[in-house]
Amino acid sequence: MTPNSSSPPAVRIDNLQRHFQMGTSVVRAVDGITLEVAAGDFVALLGASGSGKSSLLNLLAGLDRPTAGSVVVHGKDLAQLSRNELAGYRLRTAGMVFQSFNLIPTMSLVENVELPMRFAEVDRAERLSLAKKALERVGLAPRLAHRPTELSGGEQQRAAIARALINHPQLLLADEPTGNLDSRTGAEIMNLIVECRAALGMTVVMVTHERALAERYARRMLFLADGKLIDDVVNSPENGASR
Amino acid sequence: MKTPDLLDLATRNLRESILRNSLTTIGISVGVASLVSMMSLGIGLQRMISVRLERVGFDLLTVMNRANNPMAGGGGDLSQSNPADERALDEAARLEIEKLPGVVEAYPQIRFPGEFAFGDLTRRAISTGLPDSVKTTDDFNNVKGRFFSSQQAAEAMIDKTFAAELLGKNVARPGRGILKKALAQTAALDAGALAKEILGKDLVLNYTERLAGNDQAGGYSVLPRQTTLKVVGVLDIDMQSRYFRMGVFLPLKFAQGLRVMQFTDPRVTTPVYNNLIVRVKDSAHVQAVEDTVKKMGFGAFSIQDAMRSLRQGFAVFDMFLGVFGSLALAVASIGIVNTLVMAILERRREIGIMKAIGASDSDVKRVFFAEAGAMGVLGGVVGVLLGWLIGRAISFGTNIYLTRQGAPNVEVWYVSWWLVGGAIGFAVVVSLLAGWYPASRASRLDPVEALRYQ
Repeated sequence: MTPNSSSPPAVRIDNLQRHFQMGTSVVRAVDGITLEVAAGDFVALLGASGSGKSSLLNLLAGLDRPTAGSVVVHGKDLAQLSRNELAGYRLRTAGMVFQSFNLIPTMSLVENVELPMRFAEVDRAERLSLAKKALERVGLAPRLAHRPTELSGGEQQRAAIARALINHPQLLLADEPTGNLDSRTGAEIMNLIVECRAALGMTVVMVTHERALAERYARRMLFLADGKLIDDVVNSPENGASR
Repeated sequence: MKTPDLLDLATRNLRESILRNSLTTIGISVGVASLVSMMSLGIGLQRMISVRLERVGFDLLTVMNRANNPMAGGGGDLSQSNPADERALDEAARLEIEKLPGVVEAYPQIRFPGEFAFGDLTRRAISTGLPDSVKTTDDFNNVKGRFFSSQQAAEAMIDKTFAAELLGKNVARPGRGILKKALAQTAALDAGALAKEILGKDLVLNYTERLAGNDQAGGYSVLPRQTTLKVVGVLDIDMQSRYFRMGVFLPLKFAQGLRVMQFTDPRVTTPVYNNLIVRVKDSAHVQAVEDTVKKMGFGAFSIQDAMRSLRQGFAVFDMFLGVFGSLALAVASIGIVNTLVMAILERRREIGIMKAIGASDSDVKRVFFAEAGAMGVLGGVVGVLLGWLIGRAISFGTNIYLTRQGAPNVEVWYVSWWLVGGAIGFAVVVSLLAGWYPASRASRLDPVEALRYQ
């Protein structure tokens, strides 16, 4: 899928700032970033530790609020949304995948995947059926009743992707999704994300510190340092992100 | 989140920390059990007393001579009483009261100690005059033999204990032996068998008659008299009756005709009654008649008065018991706060995850709230059962003691449906209140912070 440059951007960030007070000093985690992401694009946020890429992702996910500036996702200015509206945004517009998978250990895989639909008040039977299908799609059909601790890292991350996509978000935010996986499993997970992006037509923003990974999968690479955008590189991924 | 999903999530969370949550729930159960057992004891005692009072009759009113009876609201101390307020409770007054609207009858309460001779034996007993209207009441509907043939008949019905005594059976009476022995022996007496031996026999009553009129010094003359009565019935009256161990019963009119000297006689110039028993059409008329009688210058007392003060007394008593019972529940509620605050610490990351995937603040709050509520419901139900068992044990223990004392069994303990519902409801409300702070705290957690928590 090719990003559509004529349609309005999926994400528009304008002079975005996120400052943290640490004792007497102020940490500028995000310091005046302005950018746009086209709908359907696959963007990698790259940078060293502490460059502000995860802070930017949290602002995009509506988990955090900016100190100044604006984040507009599909026409919604996240800074203007109430706590409740932000929860709705996380439920229906943005799906998240984390480095440490973040599945709830006391729930089975199918329960983890159907959890967002509980918040969306989907009926139980429909929820279970959709969750099973989603897990089948990511190759976890025989593992439905297993708890996350009984699964490998790759399997857990696939379940986390199934959960992130269960409410059909327009934006998938992935924070180092392969960070805890070996390179082969990491490649499997990246291929899964690419496939899902193509199938669902969503925009993907992925945080990584591995340039090679970004070059293989992302269409665009944004480099961050000290909370600032220092480079914006258009990439031709070798691995089908432009499909 | 839909309510069934919420409850499902809450119960699943409770099951995950089963030991800790069970201990908290047991705490609530103990609190509810103490509340239920305390309250049910209060309610049981109130019921027990109410039932006894009801047996005396809701349609009855006792009218007293105010001047003679401090209980009737007048001065027992004559020097302080106002003579203008005092009115003699004489025949004229009785007739006047009997004509009041709603009154069925007004009869004097005739009760005097007499000496009875039966063959060679002489025994003292209380004699009571009875109107025909008591014939249909519980106390007299299983008389062995028969009721009086008429109000003028020289006939007597006697209590089975007194019958046994007259027949020379060795019966311990209260005051002679210990109460326990006396009660056990009374219970063992067979009224039917005693009736076969004594019915139709003569009983001679020795009493003191007050002669009509007064002498010039304001005194009056008395004469020793003797009259022969025919025993027509033997009564088996239980301990809860106001006629228990009364000895001998005579037709009221016949007893009145004897003009037995009354305790009040020496102080008044004309014969007066100690008390009048006024029977009204139904309990609705009691208050109006009571008010009128009081205006007439007499003291009056009804079971409704007793019930009213009983209810007031028990309201305070029940509140007192309830406060004590609730203390344990208050302690248990602190357990809920503690458990849920601990749960928030443990599940901090889980809360972060839930928020990241779309849970709203109110979803998170409701999950913790539901957990507190579920502990409340479970604790309430188990607590009511536990309280019921404690109550049964108290009742059982009390009745073992009463049986050994030879007294009839009683139900000192009563669990009403409103107490069951109220106790469970109260447990839920207390649990929800206790869950308020932890739930609010959980809902306000910053998701970024929570996700960082390991």
